[in-house]
Amino acid sequence: MNDALDVTLRLLIVFVVFLAFPLIVGQTEHKVMAHMQGRLGPMYAGGFHGWAQLVADGVKFAQKEDVVPADADRRIFQLAPAVALLPYLLVLLAVPIGPGEGAVGQVVDAGIFFVLAVMGVGVLGSLMAGWASANKFSLLGGLRTAAQLLAYELPMLLTAASVAMAAGTVSLVGILDAFEWWWLPWQIVGAIVFFVAGLAELQRPPFDMPVADSEIIFGAYTEYTGLRFALFLLAEYAGIVVLCGLTTVLFLGGWHGPWGADGLGWVWTLLKTAVLAFVVIWLRVTYPRLREDQLQRLSWTLLVPLSLAQIALTGIVKVVIQ
Amino acid sequence: MTLAATAGHLAAGPTPLAAASHGFLSPTGVEIAFVLVGLVTLGAAVVTVTTRQLVHAALWLVVALGGLAVEYLLLTAEFIAWVQVLIYVGAVVVLLLFGLMLTRAPIGRSPDADSGNRWAALTVAVAAAASLVWVVVDAFRTTWIDLDGPVAGSTAVTGASLFQNWVLPFEALSVLLLAALVGAIVLSRRAKADRATDTGRPTTPNGSDKGGVR
Repeated sequence: MNDALDVTLRLLIVFVVFLAFPLIVGQTEHKVMAHMQGRLGPMYAGGFHGWAQLVADGVKFAQKEDVVPADADRRIFQLAPAVALLPYLLVLLAVPIGPGEGAVGQVVDAGIFFVLAVMGVGVLGSLMAGWASANKFSLLGGLRTAAQLLAYELPMLLTAASVAMAAGTVSLVGILDAFEWWWLPWQIVGAIVFFVAGLAELQRPPFDMPVADSEIIFGAYTEYTGLRFALFLLAEYAGIVVLCGLTTVLFLGGWHGPWGADGLGWVWTLLKTAVLAFVVIWLRVTYPRLREDQLQRLSWTLLVPLSLAQIALTGIVKVVIQ
Repeated sequence: MTLAATAGHLAAGPTPLAAASHGFLSPTGVEIAFVLVGLVTLGAAVVTVTTRQLVHAALWLVVALGGLAVEYLLLTAEFIAWVQVLIYVGAVVVLLLFGLMLTRAPIGRSPDADSGNRWAALTVAVAAAASLVWVVVDAFRTTWIDLDGPVAGSTAVTGASLFQNWVLPFEALSVLLLAALVGAIVLSRRAKADRATDTGRPTTPNGSDKGGVR
């Protein structure tokens, strides 16, 4: 009975994190973007500095009519938001937040493969949405999504493999247990490549070619309204949380910190994740959108060679220190 | 297609020798789940090849491949299961959908999505399925996975056996894949070179360029 309670509690915590953190990131994005552009951002909803803006947005989305275009493939059109969102919930289950086996939703033996595999499934949601909308802008968005995923999945996998080589395990918990501070300079190239490739997989600016609003309206999500559209937006922000959490765990040492790693390890994880999320927002405000050919060139001629070099470096150092 | 049949044999068809410890009439929960997931996988695979809607076929393929991954999980081969999802669902199906969307992906039925080869294809499929089922059943007749003992399919075990006992087939496969990769590059470069010589002919700047590209 105690086991069942334990499992329920873990699932509940992960679910609350899954619902709350993307909203926090979204609200932070509103405020940070506004201040970087010399504005104030939302100020009225909820009273204090517009803290309830996203709650109000959610209520607004829930009230809107759920329209399915006449020519669309109804079932796939309606299923797509769930396919886009649920994988991130599953990934969160496997991300360890503190030391020991008590601080992770579920210990997965092949953790790296699990998170990357399930994150890849989420992209199917965008493809389904793009195809089923019966709209040429949506189809273009879907095509660009697929091309982008195929280009950026490889460097992401290669850099994750580099960390796995360094730690000698593919379990996320095991990688954190093996972490030493000098891994940071050792794996820094891999960390940057992983983070950039992850941004591209999430279609965040400057890699938002698939939803480029000035060219193809909103890509695969053009025809969506109401709650289903909100689910796609939620998937994007859940993706930011997952990507920042994974980068923290794989490359930045997760719960390791200069002090207090035993009791307050989870604070370090949250802090590093929050800083990375801030960087994601910062990049959106800073860089213009990459063109499709620039996007592909960046991946194939820069990120893939860099990640291969990182793997070579990891292998050499690993052999030397043994 | 082969898997459900195998599942039936593995889960419900033990030999008399094994019947003492593994009852024929009292399957465990894992065995029931294995058979059910196998049936779903089989159903999805059949729909994949019979549906007239091209993109639906690709999406049913996702269900079939995902079902296979669940079967691997039930057989305790966790590493293989996630690699299955990563490679097949994450990359192969995305590539398939990309190809479909790039060329032709109408919503609704495609009347010409059938081919005159259906009987030949069915024969080949049944023959392949029969031989695979026969080989698997014959090889693993009385083998049972001990679910309570040490995990037999964890990443460490898989890695050790792959790079100790099966390293030669592994390397041979790598060379095969490398050859395929080089071949693809050579083919694409040749097509590019052909096109270059085509457009190299004297053409008027407007209009006839397109003819040269074709």
